[in-house]
Amino acid sequence: MTLLVKMHGIEKWFPGVHSLKSVQFDLAVGEVHALMGENGAGKSTLMKVLSGIYKRDGGEVWIRGELAEPAGPREAQDLGIGIIHQELSLMNDLTVAQNVFIGREPRGLFGRLDERALNQQTAEIFATMNLKLDPKAIVGTLTIAKQQMIEIAKALSFRSRVLIMDEPTAALNDAEIAELFGIIRQLKAEGVGIIYISHKMDEIKRIADRVTVMRDGEYVDTVQASETPLSRIISMMVGREVRESPLQVPDTSGNEVALDVRQLNRGTEIRDVSFSVRKGEILGFAGLMGAGRTEVARAIFGADPLESGEIRVHGKVRSIKSPNDAVAAGIGYLSEDRKHFGLATGMDVRANISLASLDTFTNGAGVLDEKVMKDVAVGYISQLGIRTPSDRQEVRFLSGGNQQKVVIAKWLLRDCDILIFDEPTRGIDIGAKSEIYKLLEELAGQGRAIIVISSELPEVMRLSHRIGVMCEGRLTGILPGGAGTTQEDIMQLATQRDAGVSLAGEK
Amino acid sequence: MSAVIPTLAPSTPGKPKSPLSRLIEMGTHQRLLAFASLIVLLIGFSLVSPNFMQTSNMIAILQATSVNGVLAIAATLVIITGGIDLSVGTLMTFTAVMAGVVLTYAGMPLPLGVAAAIATGALCGLCSGTFVAKMKIPPFIATLGMMLILKGLSLVISGTRPIYFNDTPGFDLISRGSLIGEIIPALPIPNGVLILFLVAAAASYILGRTVLGRYAFALGSNEEAVRLSGVNTDGWKMAIYALAGGICGIGGLLIASRLNSAQPALGLGYELEAIAAVVIGGTSLSGGRGTILGTLIGALIMAVLTNGLRVLSVAQEWQTVVTGAIIILAVYADMMRRKKA
Repeated sequence: MTLLVKMHGIEKWFPGVHSLKSVQFDLAVGEVHALMGENGAGKSTLMKVLSGIYKRDGGEVWIRGELAEPAGPREAQDLGIGIIHQELSLMNDLTVAQNVFIGREPRGLFGRLDERALNQQTAEIFATMNLKLDPKAIVGTLTIAKQQMIEIAKALSFRSRVLIMDEPTAALNDAEIAELFGIIRQLKAEGVGIIYISHKMDEIKRIADRVTVMRDGEYVDTVQASETPLSRIISMMVGREVRESPLQVPDTSGNEVALDVRQLNRGTEIRDVSFSVRKGEILGFAGLMGAGRTEVARAIFGADPLESGEIRVHGKVRSIKSPNDAVAAGIGYLSEDRKHFGLATGMDVRANISLASLDTFTNGAGVLDEKVMKDVAVGYISQLGIRTPSDRQEVRFLSGGNQQKVVIAKWLLRDCDILIFDEPTRGIDIGAKSEIYKLLEELAGQGRAIIVISSELPEVMRLSHRIGVMCEGRLTGILPGGAGTTQEDIMQLATQRDAGVSLAGEK
Repeated sequence: MSAVIPTLAPSTPGKPKSPLSRLIEMGTHQRLLAFASLIVLLIGFSLVSPNFMQTSNMIAILQATSVNGVLAIAATLVIITGGIDLSVGTLMTFTAVMAGVVLTYAGMPLPLGVAAAIATGALCGLCSGTFVAKMKIPPFIATLGMMLILKGLSLVISGTRPIYFNDTPGFDLISRGSLIGEIIPALPIPNGVLILFLVAAAASYILGRTVLGRYAFALGSNEEAVRLSGVNTDGWKMAIYALAGGICGIGGLLIASRLNSAQPALGLGYELEAIAAVVIGGTSLSGGRGTILGTLIGALIMAVLTNGLRVLSVAQEWQTVVTGAIIILAVYADMMRRKKA
């Protein structure tokens, strides 16, 4: 086995933090090597050391058999190491080819840009990737998956022999993931080594040859992906066995119907969606990306308009035209994108928790009572176990799981009895995930109606008392929760395209 | 919950802070910097010119700060929400003209003129707020349009001629009288300055202690998150613009009282001076952060600079150049600080 990369005894200190403790890692030619660990385990730091963004404090890096000292991203590039960041860094208004060769454009006389050579060279790279893409297309008009391919092409144009991919599938749907994996296999066959960072367990099985696990800045172990059960990898990551108690589906059929929506419609995004949730019930929503689940949730919440349909809350028809109306009706919505839609990240925990209920903390003149707000915030911090040094900590310093709890606290304080969770554990560690699950079950146990939208099937199946499945804006069916329903049942409904539309939805 | 789950160490020490120390901490550096620059300027000018530190000159500086200071406070409120208000200058003029219409044209009593100016300001602010919040016009464009509309209306209503307040006894006292001087004769601080500080105190209180202020910061920090919290963001935004407009009305009264007339051609350029004061004071133009105290210091720095350079007989043209350089330096210093933090 020829090694492309060998890292050994890598040390990295940040002021007061020992981030990498004698970590080792290697990568063979034509190998996909998954690097796994919870947030903060040191994966990104290690990769930044390899790609020259951070200077290491100890240890050795060998690249293709030679001791290397990548002093910066440029040098690392010259050594054949390309990195594709989680957040794509493309210029949306430029063409594909202009993006690939940004900063290295083929030039003619007097600095005139040679657009023809530019497009041709880009097309050549695409050809080696077996990728059909017009070099002259504007990047902003392409799907995220295609943009990812462009990033890969860009990395390859530096003749990279090592590709680091950080959560490359975070924004891709299943078909796009398959396309990406096709490219990865192709690159493998050509001898490119790929370091693959992902939180998605099933992908590791599908694509990785070996898996290295890190925890708390330390190297844990390297195992063969095909021979190691996922549960073993997870326990290596978390440092203990994660025991999932089997789902108990309570009988809620006698409970009052909390939310009842009928014949919701908007263009092709929401087509004839009807369902209901009872108090104490967790209704899961599964489906592929773009199936319309978030659209339905946002429409019910009044964040986006509806063309037609009826929303009943506790039996009464409510006209919900804005989030303001929805909150007044007792509906809370926790967005999939906490940073953009859930939190004012520059403000502190106290301000964020009280943000939806400020009117309850004021006297007649609109003056805020900070003392009461503090008591309430401190109460939720201990009740939900939010790990924060104080209620005045700005939420941007909290981890994803703790940020999510702040959002949950906001809605609990608002006393919403219908809560819609959109991807509640996206970007959250496995350990913190089970805390969020427990919390959702407790909320349902208190008699709240809970809707959970999730793209991770195991999550939907772990939580839901009933599972609604959507495809192309339609609710294609509602399945019972519990062991009786398999992933295949759900996937069948999730891919049930237009033909055979049944008026599924009502129990 | 298990202790095995690794958590990233929070970036600030875990000691809970008292509200006071936090208040001081918030934006302290930029304001300290601004404050230090102000002191340096004061010391520098007084060393070079003995006339500079005299009480009469200090009061002249404060008096010169009053109008720009009030407008800058209005601009601060809007900028904290992530918006911008280019109409503060011509709105000031328009409210002065409206005071003139009520007092001089219609001959009504003084309190009605005062009320008219402030109400006009608030109403115009509400219009800007409506354009921004309801019609979703970018604040820069909405208030640019408003700036031109108000400039034109001031000229139309006044027939391009100044309106004098000679028939309204006491109008000039709004700015030029001195309540403090009557009580403490050694300290003849003009009412205009007193009003500036009262407006600043009120605005500071609103920003720090009321729902309106909290939403102003929240809007500037993440408007969509606030909307999805079920808050009527449009309404609160309009309220902020209206409040800012009302404060411009006070600015209009101050300048009209000082000139004892409403000068309809005045006003253009005041908005930029106001925004300059806000920026020097450390308020972020991208919203979510800012203080009234910083803005006050910013306005004072500009006034001290103008006054000091005049005392040193530096040509007026050069004063503008220096002000521009100061703005760039102030923002650069702020960027450097943020980079380090």
